[in-house]
Amino acid sequence: MSVKQHTAATGNGHGHGNQDHGHHELPFWRKYIFSVDHKVIGIQYAVTALVFLFFGFSLMMMMRWQLAYPGQPLPLIGNLLGETAMPGGVMAPEFYNQLGAMHGTIMVFMGVVPLAVGGFGNFVVPLQIGAPDMAFPRLNMASYWVFLPGCIAMVASFFLPGGAAQSGWTSYPPLADIAPTGQTMWLFAMVLIITSSLLGSINFIVTIVQMRAKGLSFWRLPFFVHAQLVTAFLLLLAFPPLEAASVMQIMDRVAGTSFFLPTGLVVSGEPLKVAGGGNPLLWQHLFWFLAHPEVYVLILPAMGIVAEVIANNTRKPLWGYRLLVYSVVSLGFMSFVVWAHHMFMTGMGTTMSTFFQITTMIISIPSVVILTCFIMSLYGGNIRFTTPMLFATAFLPMFAIGGLTGLPLGLTASDIYLHDTFYVIGHFHYVVAPGTLFALFAGVYYWYPKATGRQLNEKLGKVHFWLSFVAINFVFMPMFFQGMAGLSRRLYDPTVYAHGRGVQALNVLISWGAWGLGLAQLFFIVNFFLSLKKGARVAENPWNATTLEWAAPSPPGHGNFITEPVVYREPYEYSVPGKSNDYSPQFRAEG
Amino acid sequence: MDEKIYGWWLPPDVSVHGAKIDQLMSVLHWFMALLFIGWGIFFVYCLFRFRARPGHAALYTPVKALATKYIEGFVLVVEVFLLFGLSTPVWLAYKNDVPDPSKALHVRLVAEQFAWNFQYPGKDGKFGKTDASQIGGDNPLGLDPEDPAGKDDLVTVNNLHIPVHRPVIVDISSKDVIHSFNVPVLRVKQDTIPGQQIPVWFEATQPGHFELACAQLCGLGHYRMRGDVLIETPEEFAKWEAENAPPPQEAPAAAAPEEKK
Repeated sequence: MSVKQHTAATGNGHGHGNQDHGHHELPFWRKYIFSVDHKVIGIQYAVTALVFLFFGFSLMMMMRWQLAYPGQPLPLIGNLLGETAMPGGVMAPEFYNQLGAMHGTIMVFMGVVPLAVGGFGNFVVPLQIGAPDMAFPRLNMASYWVFLPGCIAMVASFFLPGGAAQSGWTSYPPLADIAPTGQTMWLFAMVLIITSSLLGSINFIVTIVQMRAKGLSFWRLPFFVHAQLVTAFLLLLAFPPLEAASVMQIMDRVAGTSFFLPTGLVVSGEPLKVAGGGNPLLWQHLFWFLAHPEVYVLILPAMGIVAEVIANNTRKPLWGYRLLVYSVVSLGFMSFVVWAHHMFMTGMGTTMSTFFQITTMIISIPSVVILTCFIMSLYGGNIRFTTPMLFATAFLPMFAIGGLTGLPLGLTASDIYLHDTFYVIGHFHYVVAPGTLFALFAGVYYWYPKATGRQLNEKLGKVHFWLSFVAINFVFMPMFFQGMAGLSRRLYDPTVYAHGRGVQALNVLISWGAWGLGLAQLFFIVNFFLSLKKGARVAENPWNATTLEWAAPSPPGHGNFITEPVVYREPYEYSVPGKSNDYSPQFRAEG
Repeated sequence: MDEKIYGWWLPPDVSVHGAKIDQLMSVLHWFMALLFIGWGIFFVYCLFRFRARPGHAALYTPVKALATKYIEGFVLVVEVFLLFGLSTPVWLAYKNDVPDPSKALHVRLVAEQFAWNFQYPGKDGKFGKTDASQIGGDNPLGLDPEDPAGKDDLVTVNNLHIPVHRPVIVDISSKDVIHSFNVPVLRVKQDTIPGQQIPVWFEATQPGHFELACAQLCGLGHYRMRGDVLIETPEEFAKWEAENAPPPQEAPAAAAPEEKK
C-alpha cells in the first residue's frame, strides 16, 4: 500500500491511476464488489444510499396520494400492489402505516446517514487528510457488507405476512411489540445497520487521528474532516444503546420477555399473555438517546460539505474557522443531553422537563453560531454560482427555517400544542430534506469530478436545483400551517377531523409539490449517468480548490496520491494578497 | 359542530390556561420571523453584492463583524427570556397548580385501540375498582360489579362531557398501546401510557362541541380514533349526568356505555 508504487502513474492529472497496477491487477470482484479501497466503498455506499433515497421518497409519493385524495384508488400503480395492501387500488390503513414507518427508516438509516458518512466520509476523508486509505480497509469493507444485507432485509420485510414494520420509524412499544412479523425483521435489519455504523465510526476516528499527512495539524484540517470526526464519535457512543434496545425488543417479540410491556395489558378485548412488569417509556429513552445525536449525525457532515463548497466558491477563507470547529464539537457534546425533549408529553416530572428544555435551548446557540459563520463567509466573497454552490447556498435559509421552528417544539409550553402535529414534520424535514439533502447534493456535484474524472452537466444541475428548491418548499412550508391548525401526524385520512378538513386544501398542494419534486430528481438521475460517459473530462483540481483531495488524480488510483502529500498551510487560503492565483492549495509549497 | 372555527392557524382557545400558551406561541413566531427576515435580507444582499464578476475580487482578511456578536448575544438574551420568562413559568404553573380536587370534576380516561373510554365517578365521587379480567363487550373498563363505589359510575365511549367554568381533572391511562389525548381547542395534550395513570387538567371557558384527537400513532385505526368534547353549561351537564346515571337498583351490570363504538 505504499504511496511510492504510484510514482509511475500518469502525472498529467487525467488520472487513470487505478489502471497502473501492472504487478497485481485485482480481479473484478475484488476491485469493485468486495473492495477494500475506501473510494470504491465510498462509491458503493453513496450509490446504494442514493437508490434508497429515491425508493424511500417514492413510498412517500404514494402516501401523498392518499393524503391528498383520501379513499380514491391510486392511479396507474394502485392495482399492481396486491389486494392486501391496496384493496381495489385504494391504500389500506395498514399499508399506509407500513409506508410511513419504512419511509422514515429508509430515509434516515439507509439514505442520508450512509450517503453522508459512508459515502462522503469514506470517499473524501482519507483524501482530505492525505492518507492512502482508511486505517482498517477490511473493517471498512465489512462495514458495507453488513450494511447492505441489513438494507435488503429491511426492504424484503414488505413481503412478509402482515407486511413491513408499521409502528413508525420510532417503533414505540407496546404497539411495536404486538405488531406483525415485519417488526421483527425491522429490528433485525436495524441491528445489522447499526453494527455497520459502529464498524465505520471506529475506522474514521483512528484514520483521522493517526493518518494525517505531514504538516496536517488539527487546526489545518478541512472543516469537513472535523465534522466527520465529531460524527464518528456520535455514532460510536449513541448507537450501542439502540442496538441493545433493538435486541430487547426482539426478545419481547420472540422470547416472551417484557422489557417494554407493563402488567395488565388488554389488546382487542383479550388480556395479553405476557409476564409484564416492563415499561414502554424505557424504549423511548433508549431510542431517543440514539436518535437525537442521530439528528446531528445527519446534519454535521452536511455542514461540513457546505463549508467546503462555500469556501471554494466564495474564493475566500471561511469566516470563523476555529469558531466553527468549537461549535461543532459543542454540538456533539450537547447532543447527548437533549434526547428527552422528544418526550415532553409522556408525563415526565417538571424537574426533568425543565432540564431538557434548558439543554435544548443551549444546543441552539452553536447552531446559530455555525449559521452566522457561514453567512459571514459570504460577505466579501467573489461568489461563483456553480451548481454545488447553489445547493450549499440554499442550505442556509432552509436550515435556518428548520432550526427556528425547533424553538416552539423545544419549549415545553408551546410543545403541548405542537407536539406530534404536522409542525414537527415540517420542522425536521426542513432540517433534513432541503437542509441536509441539499448539502449532500452539493457534495455530489462538488466531488463527482474527483470520483469519476468527469464533471456533471452544469445546465442539468441548475435545472435540478431550481425545480427542487421551488418544489420542496411547496412540500414543507404548508405543513407548519397544518400543524398550527392542530393536525396530528401519521393520519391515514386527515379529513376524519374537522380541523383536518380545514387544512385539506394544503394537503393537495403538498402532494403536487412532492410529485413535482420527484420529477425534478429525474434531471439529476439522467445527469448522473449521462455524465459518466459524456461529462467534460477534468484535471485533478477542476474547482481551483485548496484542500488535499484535489492533489490526487481524478479519479485517484489505489493508494490515492502520486507523491506523498505534505501540508504547508491552513485549509482555505483563497485570494491571498500578493499571489497570482486566487487559491493557495495546502499541498503546494510555494502557494 | 362548527367547522368554521378551524382554519390555517391556531383554532380558538376555550381553556383557562391556553391564553398563556398562545401568547408564547405568538411571541415565538414574531421572534422567528424577525430573525429570519433580518437574516434573509443580509443573506440576499451578500449574494448580490459579492457575486463573481469581472474586476471583482474576494477579501482575504476576515471582516471584523462586531454585529454578529451583538446578534448572537441578542438571540441568547431572547432565548433566555423565552425559556425563563415565558415557557418554564407557563409549564410549571400548568403542571404544578393542579386545581383543588374537591372543586374539580374528576374523570378517568382509559384509551384503547381505537376508542376513548371515560369513567365518571357519579354521585359518590368515587371511582369503582376496575379489573382487566372483567373487560368485556359492555364493560370496556372492566368495572368490578362487586364494588359499591362503581355502582353509580358513568361510562362513556368517545364522548367527553364536561361543564364549562369548572376545572376538570382527567386521569389518563391506556389498556393496550400508547395513545395521546389531544384536544386542540383546550390546548391539552398528554400521552396515554399503559401501566401509568397521568393526571391532566383544564377548565373550559365557553360551551361548545369540539374534537378530541389521538396524537400518537397507535395502529391501523389511529386516524379514526376521534372523540367529541362536549362542553356544557352546568345545568346541561347536570341534566346529562342525571339522565345517564345507571339506575341505582340495577345490581350486576356496571354502567352501560352511553354508546357503542
